[in-house]
Amino acid sequence: MKCRRCAAAATLQLRSHNSAFCKPCFLLFFRRAVERTIDRDRMFTREDQVLVAVSGGKDSLALWDVLNDLGFSTEGLYVGLGIDDYSADSERKVKRFAASRGLRLRVLDLREEGAGFTIPEAAASTRRQPCAACGTFKRHSFDRAAAEGGFNVLATGHNLDDEAARLLGNVLHWQLPYLAKQQPVLTPTHPRFVRKVRPLYRTSELETAAYAFLRGIDYVVEECPNSHGATQLVYKDLMNRLEQQMPGSKLMFVMDFLKHGHPLFAGASANADLGECASCGMPAAGELCGYCRLVSEIERRRAQAVTYSRA
Amino acid sequence: MNVRLEPQGKRVSLAGRRRVGDIVRTLGIVAGTVLVIRGDELLTDDQVVEDHESIELRAVISGGLR
Repeated sequence: MKCRRCAAAATLQLRSHNSAFCKPCFLLFFRRAVERTIDRDRMFTREDQVLVAVSGGKDSLALWDVLNDLGFSTEGLYVGLGIDDYSADSERKVKRFAASRGLRLRVLDLREEGAGFTIPEAAASTRRQPCAACGTFKRHSFDRAAAEGGFNVLATGHNLDDEAARLLGNVLHWQLPYLAKQQPVLTPTHPRFVRKVRPLYRTSELETAAYAFLRGIDYVVEECPNSHGATQLVYKDLMNRLEQQMPGSKLMFVMDFLKHGHPLFAGASANADLGECASCGMPAAGELCGYCRLVSEIERRRAQAVTYSRA
Repeated sequence: MNVRLEPQGKRVSLAGRRRVGDIVRTLGIVAGTVLVIRGDELLTDDQVVEDHESIELRAVISGGLR
């Protein structure tokens, strides 16, 4: 197999693009693709201060690496979730990555922030899927860090596979407000929110993994121990089987939705006028924001558990 | 050849020299969901792995809610 660009021996085949690339040409292809996405979707410019949420996985580290390489002004944000060895390993890799490239990194630990609950503690108290609590805690930490740090853009490493799986889930359950919000750029709906962008939304997991490997990025290969059985993985498996038979399906699904489908759902967004959370001061649709409602539920259930155990 | 599957940490032995695409199919893996790694290089489906060589098949799927 030969590189489409220079005809040298290829190192990666991309069926979705009907192409193959050698290492230097793939790295160039990847950089150009991300830069084009940022420009086309008007995500940010070199004047913006971009906070990059990094987990230690391939996508977020690849994103931070390529943004830095493209000359954008970035700072990393790592949120320690308290998931035993997995979180410890992730934090170590993120710190090593930042240090090796001389990049600025903010580290937050859920044990020392807000209510002090880790993800395992939150999941055990609410008996919900850990991923649900994790999403709420992380979004709150990201929003707060971006607002307090004076950033005007928050970038996350969501890739094409994430977007396709999320879209499939939203369509299967006709989640109209979620379909309305499924966009690669979310403009702030409150002065304390910043613009949220997903520069890898057109880039497949295979591409981000290959980029991270070829750039020598030491990322966390292990899955989060809480993700076993996560619904998103079922959707990803379905999309991968479709992609195997019909290369390019994921990209077409997401891009055609954004072009033709999304405008039809735009009115379904439940964007109420946001006020401030009575507890933490972050934007909230009601008296409390989603994070503080969850914290309050955890505290209530914990108090109940203590009462029952004493009785 | 020795095949290491990550992140499962599982090891599989396959006999004879084989093309990468054949290895992936034999192990029942969906195409495009793994990086095929030999040393510090990535392999494409048409490349051949010799009987005495070791490779890693590294899943590219990340899960959960981000």
